[in-house]
Amino acid sequence: MLSAMILLPLALALAVLFLPGDEQAQARMARLVGLGTTLVLFAMGLVLWAGFDSSTAAFQFTERAELFGGLFSWHLGIDGISLVLILLSVFLMPLCILAGWDSIKTRVPEYICAFLVMEALMIGVFASLDLFLFYIFFEAGLIPMYLIIGVWGGKRRIYASYKFFLYTLLGSVLMLLAMLWMVREAGTTDIPALMAHDFPVHAQTWLWLAFFASFAVKMPMWPVHTWLPDAHVEAPTAGSMILAGVLLKMGGYGFIRFSMPMFPEASVQLMWLVFALSMIAVVVTSLIALVQSDMKKLIAYSSVAHMAFVTGGLFALNTQGVEGAMVVMLSHGVVSAALFFCVGVIYDRLHTRDIDRYGGVTTNMPRYAVFFLLFTMASIALPGTSGFVGEFLALTGIFKANTWVAFVMATGVILGAAYMLWLFARVMFGAQKNADAAAMPDLSAREWSIMVPLALVALWMGVYPKPFLEPLKAPVESLMARMARANAPQTQFTPLLAKAAVAAAPAVAHETTGHSE
Amino acid sequence: MTLQQSLSIGAPELVLGAGALVLLLLGVFRGNDSVKGLSWGAVILFVLTALTIVDDSPVRELAWNDLYVADALSAFLKILLLVGAVASVLMAVPWLERTNVSRFEYPVLIVLSTLGMFVMVSANNLLALYVGLELMSLSAYVLASFHRDDQKSTEAGLKYFVLGALSSGLLLYGISLIYGFVGSTDFTQIASGLSAGGERNMGALFGLVFVLAGLAFKVSAVPFHMWTPDVYEGAPTPVAAFFASAPKVAAMGLFLRVALDAFSGMVGDWRQIVIVMSILSMYLGALGAIAQTNVKRLLAYSSINNVGFMLIGLAAATADGASAVLLYLAIYLVMTLGAFLCVLMLTDVDGRPVETLDDLAGLARSRPWLATALSIFMLSLAGLPPLFGFMAKLAVFNAAVDANLWLLAVLGVLASVVAAYYYLRVVKVLFFDQPAGVVVGASGEGTLVINKGMMLLAALFCSPAGYLLLGPLLSATRAAASSLF
Repeated sequence: MLSAMILLPLALALAVLFLPGDEQAQARMARLVGLGTTLVLFAMGLVLWAGFDSSTAAFQFTERAELFGGLFSWHLGIDGISLVLILLSVFLMPLCILAGWDSIKTRVPEYICAFLVMEALMIGVFASLDLFLFYIFFEAGLIPMYLIIGVWGGKRRIYASYKFFLYTLLGSVLMLLAMLWMVREAGTTDIPALMAHDFPVHAQTWLWLAFFASFAVKMPMWPVHTWLPDAHVEAPTAGSMILAGVLLKMGGYGFIRFSMPMFPEASVQLMWLVFALSMIAVVVTSLIALVQSDMKKLIAYSSVAHMAFVTGGLFALNTQGVEGAMVVMLSHGVVSAALFFCVGVIYDRLHTRDIDRYGGVTTNMPRYAVFFLLFTMASIALPGTSGFVGEFLALTGIFKANTWVAFVMATGVILGAAYMLWLFARVMFGAQKNADAAAMPDLSAREWSIMVPLALVALWMGVYPKPFLEPLKAPVESLMARMARANAPQTQFTPLLAKAAVAAAPAVAHETTGHSE
Repeated sequence: MTLQQSLSIGAPELVLGAGALVLLLLGVFRGNDSVKGLSWGAVILFVLTALTIVDDSPVRELAWNDLYVADALSAFLKILLLVGAVASVLMAVPWLERTNVSRFEYPVLIVLSTLGMFVMVSANNLLALYVGLELMSLSAYVLASFHRDDQKSTEAGLKYFVLGALSSGLLLYGISLIYGFVGSTDFTQIASGLSAGGERNMGALFGLVFVLAGLAFKVSAVPFHMWTPDVYEGAPTPVAAFFASAPKVAAMGLFLRVALDAFSGMVGDWRQIVIVMSILSMYLGALGAIAQTNVKRLLAYSSINNVGFMLIGLAAATADGASAVLLYLAIYLVMTLGAFLCVLMLTDVDGRPVETLDDLAGLARSRPWLATALSIFMLSLAGLPPLFGFMAKLAVFNAAVDANLWLLAVLGVLASVVAAYYYLRVVKVLFFDQPAGVVVGASGEGTLVINKGMMLLAALFCSPAGYLLLGPLLSATRAAASSLF
């Protein structure tokens, strides 16, 4: 099933390049093939969800084939965390194809090909259970995204595409070295086995930092977030949607799948680093978002702020924090994709993202305004929307870990409300400043078909989040059990003794596993 | 060791040598019109030679009074050399017909050069090494200036000859020092001679430095790389493809044997030199390529850069490291040949070769498949997953991590990011820029089908499909590497 979900879009991505007919006919066919494929994958995603057993943290739908000469293997499988992220990917993908339906006019088959390859790689990242296989999928995504930004992007697309590529590559290569060392130490490339392996504590810090270099860039965390606004501004609408919707989640997924279970001691040790960066990110990027004049840039900076809730929640290292972080990721995936699409709607009409060029859009596009308002509210985490569930849980988790961090992070919610509401006010309300902006027609049928699913999911997650939380329960619990090894001594002993205990515990654990082997 | 045994062990060289003479005679009698037939004759000869290699048992055998060794390493390298030679001969056929340099010497010289390389990778003695190296180089000097009416081509040949002679001098001087201080030119005896004496043999150390310099020249490692961009640019494209592929394989294989077999007792000494050369090659190759506007010069810097990565595997001085170098060589050979095949197909309306990067702008519009293939080779050379070139880099970094060469590994991965920039620049020119309209339509028919077929095969090999070959490749490189330890 999972292999099929990876190979099917790859095969069709190749097929799209061989369509018959003239350019017009090819473009039409390519769009249909793209939409059809992504819808089939969405259906396959729903089948996965239906057949998924939420009561266990074990990996399901596992497949394994020794294709690569014993160096690593084709090993796939999902737990609840992977499941929800795969669902997010396959849900967003048809909408992305629809979003570029009319606005992309040149080289359509290649465009559809890039998106289908992208989808295969995203599913691969979330489904791979082999360390090197994961790395290959994780890095391979750079190439189609580089092409999407570079070929179909805006004016400064070339600068943005380089920056995107080299930034993320630089972060990842150090992770590769760490992976090589880990495989040597543990003697396996199997992710489930590595998650249970106790790495020596002194090495964990280095390994953790190497992985952090990669995931922090991908996430992105302050201060390595600067590629994101550039990439978003220059990417076509669908590119931004997939970038914000899914690619950023790979960083969070990395923390939850690798950094935390594989290096629990280091995660506890370096908790302060993540907290510090998250606090700075929330405040600083929110303030930066406040002064943006470009709509896409504003939403891009707000993404960085929201991702800080994810990192903060994850490294609160308690159940609420991690679950909250996961829900923030899902919610942000839907809401930020929706917001980028909202910007895309008026950009298609006026070809500018300058906030000042708009004003009073509510008058001529009332239906559009309703959706924009809904997603704005979801972005500032109004109760009843998806954003609230995630941010509330994440803040609860952070509060339990450290009150002051929670205090600073909570200001992000207020600042978030400020910049989003101000954006909405400037674009949607007030006087109609420009005649061309006043003449924009309301949503088309195609745009409705994108807005409605996004809005429904945003509300569904806000009102009844249980179906989304359910699959997360078991894997988060087993993650917490794993973390408890590093965490527990601190709560049981006096601080002075605790230090010794932390140092001694892993050594003992290491010995016992050594004997049992 | 009877003569008969020696003859049977040295069969590949004998077949190749006899075949070269037959081809030469045929060429002299049939004239320049026979170049196409001779090329096919050379290909058949290479295939026959391959059969004699595959036939061999993988046991290590010495022949010709221990001058010559046949083992899994030499067999593996010879197969790679034949792949490079076959591709170089075949890809040149349309080029020879198109330009006015159609002379029958081309396939003959390639065969002779390949024979030299065979001797190099089978050498078990510094003198056999030198003889092989010179046979390879002398053929190569002539090949470089094959386009003798072209000023750049003759300049390339002359430059290659002068600098090559200098490096041969260095190598010979090193050999004489080693002979003087160790008392033998035989690899096995050098190894035992070096490990016998307790203290460091200063004279042998000097000799080692000179020998390494000579070898570094042949693999174009910094600081002995200066000739590479000029020669690649000046030499005709099929010849440049040959230079970038087969001789690199032969010289790097020889490097492995000399360093890990003959000088296995001085690992600590040569490792420092190799590490420095590796770091310099990686960075100079990556930085130097950024400023290039000519595709062939860019590929020259790319080969310098890639040699730097190969040297990481050598610096590890382990079986894993040697196996990584061999895997790297195999993948690099295909990537480079593929890239040069693409360059060879870039022609303007009049069929003249197009080599500047600016003229390739927007190639993805006019010739999408050629642009895609070239991009695959570029990204693969950059070592980006999911292309097969990534496995080559992964293998050498793995060896470095294993040998605890952390500084080298970290500098290496950072260099790969720097290098990614200029490879991406080619992709950017091909896909993002507005079409320059210089490269139009395919030129020439018939024989080009073979070039297209080879390009397709190479592109498939470098694409993720290549990973499926990882199993057989790894078992072959491991077996080859184990014959050194």
